[in-house]
Amino acid sequence: MSAAELAASPAARPLRHVSTRFLRSELRLIFGRRRNQAGLGILAVVPIIIAIAVKVSTPRSGHAPDFFASITSNGLFVALSALSIEMGLFLPLAIGTIAGDSVAGEANIGTLRYLFAVPVHRTRLLAVKFAAISIFSLVATVWVSLVGAVAGLALFGGGQMTLLSGTQIGMGPAVVRVVMATVYLAVCFASLGAIGLFISTLTEQPIGATIAVVILNVMSFILDSIPQLSWLHEWLPTHWWMSFGDFLRDPIAWGDLTRGLLTAAGYALVFWLAAWARFSDKDVTG
Amino acid sequence: MTEGKEFAVATEGLTKRFKQQVAVDTIDLLVPRGAVYGFLGPNGSGKTTTIRMLLGLIRPTSGHHHLLGKAMPHNAGQVLPLVGSLVEGPAFHPYLTARSNLQRLDSVDRHADPRTTKARVAGALDRVGLLAAADKKYRAYSLGMRQRLAIAATLLAPRELLVLDEPTNGLDPQGTREVRHLIGSLADDGATVLVSSHLLSEVEQVCSHIGVMHVGRLLTQGPIAEVRAVSAPRARVETDRPADAARVLRALGLTDVVVESGVVVGTLGTLVPDKVVASLVHEGVPVAGFAVAQPSLEDLFVSLTGEGFNVSG
Repeated sequence: MSAAELAASPAARPLRHVSTRFLRSELRLIFGRRRNQAGLGILAVVPIIIAIAVKVSTPRSGHAPDFFASITSNGLFVALSALSIEMGLFLPLAIGTIAGDSVAGEANIGTLRYLFAVPVHRTRLLAVKFAAISIFSLVATVWVSLVGAVAGLALFGGGQMTLLSGTQIGMGPAVVRVVMATVYLAVCFASLGAIGLFISTLTEQPIGATIAVVILNVMSFILDSIPQLSWLHEWLPTHWWMSFGDFLRDPIAWGDLTRGLLTAAGYALVFWLAAWARFSDKDVTG
Repeated sequence: MTEGKEFAVATEGLTKRFKQQVAVDTIDLLVPRGAVYGFLGPNGSGKTTTIRMLLGLIRPTSGHHHLLGKAMPHNAGQVLPLVGSLVEGPAFHPYLTARSNLQRLDSVDRHADPRTTKARVAGALDRVGLLAAADKKYRAYSLGMRQRLAIAATLLAPRELLVLDEPTNGLDPQGTREVRHLIGSLADDGATVLVSSHLLSEVEQVCSHIGVMHVGRLLTQGPIAEVRAVSAPRARVETDRPADAARVLRALGLTDVVVESGVVVGTLGTLVPDKVVASLVHEGVPVAGFAVAQPSLEDLFVSLTGEGFNVSG
């Protein structure tokens, strides 16, 4: 930089009102990080294991999950099986890692104060961070689904899909159903990400925020399995996740799915606002 | 009045109280535009807390301040793009390269032109001598290199004010000289520089103004010559007849004459040093050595606080 440039009037730097640079920078940070790439790799292992295990095992009757039983009839069910298995821990852990890191990670290494000094408005920071978490959630969920679909179709083939309600649909509509189920779950996980974003504003230890997200997630599943607490179930953040199977009914059973989407939106909104309230006048000492 | 255009930094009664302790106690910091202001004080005297308040990172318990003539933190969005800052040491993403780290900072700046990012990042790295190491991961950087990278980050855009908190921390003597030189050249470009340090001698040479902090209070501030004028130069005579020398000095009107093993020291006041030597010789007092010492900032600090330049609690 020349002296002349430095001396140039700073007024020559107009404000860019709409810019995706910050968001793109966030995504580069997330997807460029070796740890996160390894995490996505682990997420992809599950559908591959499912596909191979079902392929090599002799068919037997038992209490396998719904989708498992259907895998041999249509490879796309590998994607749905993988999603239903990974929603218990792996996918929430992945979302929790990214969300926990979002603010606490920057506070931990001190980059947060330099972002504020740029300046980045705190509301903008939280909006961009949540957008990045949501995009990661979508990418991770689609990734599991995609690997499952590819592995399943390679080992078991596609063709007609028999829905849970017994009717058969063609390959095209079947793919659409799987995509819808995948996106539904991505929205659910993104709402968990909003909870993680909030927790991330409470601490300077990203790993602590991640663990808290996973604990909340497991706790929600546990509460959901206690019949005596049935009055609470419909309010739990994870309660409607398993409803993604309703995309495979004929016609699609929108009742629970709508409840699920509203619950996800509610959690996302409340916890994003909580993060904002917590964050907007916080002293940045990290 | 203090928020007038002539001050790059103006605080009024700025105070930060943490649970137990008053970290910064009603300070009225005034940094004139174009000044290189040395913000001095021992570790723990409240310099960094003050700087964090100036930048809006933490809220003052009471008092208010203006940066570049605009009230903060209300106008942070307008003011901070014109302010480059290094606060509490460098902080970057360890697994990114130096270049990627600066690009990251540039990409969150809504005033930055993405078409010139590459050139500006390279220019800033070049100016602090890091261009050759630009593509090394930050993790692999030494403390000195990290410090330089943090300074480079302040140079990504044209600035009217640079706030540098301990910029020479972790630098070797050569690096310290380079940073001093850099501060000088930034000031020549018209920027106001507020530089904090706990090493008085380090900044003394580049500063036009100084302010001295001690246990949260701003003890004194102003143009360096004015601040120094508070303590007058002292004459130092080496002789084997100290008692006689002391008598001569007192007769000449020197004050605070102190005798210690073969050395007599006294405050000169308005007296011309030549006259002291002439009188001593005239009285037959042998003079083995004579010196006039301008008090260092360190001496000044001791005289202001009554204690050394050590960590204050």
